[in-house]
Amino acid sequence: MGTATATDPYRKVQDVAGFADVPLKEKQRLVDQVVADPRFEEYLYGCYECGICVAACPSARFYDFSPRRVAQAAARRDVELMYQQMQEDIWECSQCFSCLRCPRGNNPGGIITVMREVAVNNGLASAREALEGYSRIIYKIMSTGTQVSPDMLQPDAFPDWGPEVADVSEHLELWRRALPPETHHTTKTGWAVAEKTLIELYLIWLETGALDMINQVDEGLHMILEEVMEERLEEEGIEV
Amino acid sequence: MTTIPVEMVMAKKERFERGADRRSADFHEQLFALEDAGELIVQRVPDNNVVVNTKYGVPKKIPRAHLWHHKSCGQCGHIPGYSTSIFWIMRKLGYDYEDPKDQTSCTAWNYYASATSNQAAQAAVALRNFAAAYETGYFPLIHCGTSYGHYKEVRSELLHQPELRTKVRKVLERLGKPMVLPEEIVHYSEYLFALRDEIKQHQVRDFSGIGVTVHPACHYYKLVEGDAIFDPDIYQGQRTAVVTGLAQTLGADVREYSTWFDCCGFGFRHILVQRDFTRSFATMRKIEVMKEEANPDVVLTHDTGCVTTLDKSQFAAQAHDRNVGVPVMSEAQFAALAMGAHPFKVCQLHWHSANYRPLLEKMGIDWEAAWAEFQSDVARLERGEQQYLTWEDVGV
Ligand code: SF4
Ligand code: SF4
Repeated sequence: MGTATATDPYRKVQDVAGFADVPLKEKQRLVDQVVADPRFEEYLYGCYECGICVAACPSARFYDFSPRRVAQAAARRDVELMYQQMQEDIWECSQCFSCLRCPRGNNPGGIITVMREVAVNNGLASAREALEGYSRIIYKIMSTGTQVSPDMLQPDAFPDWGPEVADVSEHLELWRRALPPETHHTTKTGWAVAEKTLIELYLIWLETGALDMINQVDEGLHMILEEVMEERLEEEGIEV
Repeated sequence: MTTIPVEMVMAKKERFERGADRRSADFHEQLFALEDAGELIVQRVPDNNVVVNTKYGVPKKIPRAHLWHHKSCGQCGHIPGYSTSIFWIMRKLGYDYEDPKDQTSCTAWNYYASATSNQAAQAAVALRNFAAAYETGYFPLIHCGTSYGHYKEVRSELLHQPELRTKVRKVLERLGKPMVLPEEIVHYSEYLFALRDEIKQHQVRDFSGIGVTVHPACHYYKLVEGDAIFDPDIYQGQRTAVVTGLAQTLGADVREYSTWFDCCGFGFRHILVQRDFTRSFATMRKIEVMKEEANPDVVLTHDTGCVTTLDKSQFAAQAHDRNVGVPVMSEAQFAALAMGAHPFKVCQLHWHSANYRPLLEKMGIDWEAAWAEFQSDVARLERGEQQYLTWEDVGV
């Protein structure tokens, strides 16, 4: 529809969240991808504009952000507004799904998950920016099979978490050995993941296109991950 | 003047029932239909189980023994006393389990943080883990609230989308794995709730004076809500019964606070790269409200992210003289302490930030002596007399 104007009260700023504007056709293409996701119709049944989701939403309390606006824009297929939301709002969501309290049965948080996926798949500036500083986490999860590891607990990474982080970091190797579960003696992964398991995980990333998605937001990271995975799979004699 | 019919309202609340239009469908029928059609295998809950009540009255079987522990990266990595306590309780109760290496993270933390994945990949990761459990014959028990919530989403998507099933089946074939979904997706907090009376029989510490506030985890009961345990005797069936039911059974004084429905502020990406939001929300909407309205001795919750967020966010707020300073732990650690677990060798409280020492004193635990015991064990490891602390060292 593209009804938004500079004075539209739903638009946060005149220029799309500080990112370069693109032709309407391009915005429509992105919105079409959101709507085509098989989850979309399960996540949106129209909107009463009641604001119950906003009352439940943590991100709405600290950001200029509203799940109601997301649901409404999607229900109206407001291409301009949905594009703006993909360039900004979606990364403010906490993905807590408190908005599932919606009396209409909507899932604004779920719509946001889908919008984020489209933003990543298309390498939107917002996705690149939101994921800056996050690449080591993606590397960890995709290459080791566990998301956070004991050795991430470094005082300079978490200065606001108190002096205990430094204690843990200082005694890490010893304190991990002081854990009775046999799988917990690791420092680089949450638990000991079997080699065979890891290979299966790599195959999943490759077969489902998840690895390709990384290329859209961080080419360097994609290159490293691809190398790690292909090398390991080749060693196993698995064709990729 | 309008009179509020208090008695009528209260009576209604006592018999609270959700309207039929608010009930989500029972997934079992579809699950078994797909099995009958030869599309997938349903791994049955072992016969040794306890039946509990879920939000819309659908019974749920919780297995007692023979469990495959689907671990949580955040728990094992940063709050290792959490997973250790779950294992310790099972051993104490005398039930067998498998702690597999053939398990990956559900990868949902990353997915909800960065969206650098897709439906098929997420479903394939889930089903690879379910198949790995099935191959051992043990039944999956999910440690993380987010894994539990995400796996319920994946199940629902697989049941409703034939194209997704085809995609995932293709990937699993490549891995040489069968397509398996468990009859129930079971969270460890459901296990502890279902076995709360057995746990109580092993209680050796008196918790009657311990004030508790409970943070129910969003991904446990908001995502695919129909699976979550509700009990008419707890909050009159209007909030999930897990955690609270266990804490009450252990004799603790569970106290009310007004922002119980709020999330913790974890935010998935925020806790890692935008912690100003996480800290503000966790302290201003949760910890401070709890302190002001309930003044608890401890905050109990049942998910990885919530323990991390509520615990770690307090340090910086303290520097600003905010009304914070209350220990945070999982109800698994709390129950283990009630059953006599060591606060450091089992519950590993030295990985936590908010001051837990006054709580231990109130529980009758000499934390200085306990710390000295832990240190002496660590010294043995350091001297190379022993490589690891073992289950034998912690009495199970
Ligand atoms: S999922 Fe996002 S939009 Fe929904 S309540 Fe949580 S933060 Fe708000
Ligand atoms: S709660 Fe649902 S119906 Fe109400 S404003 Fe939010 S999305 Fe719309």
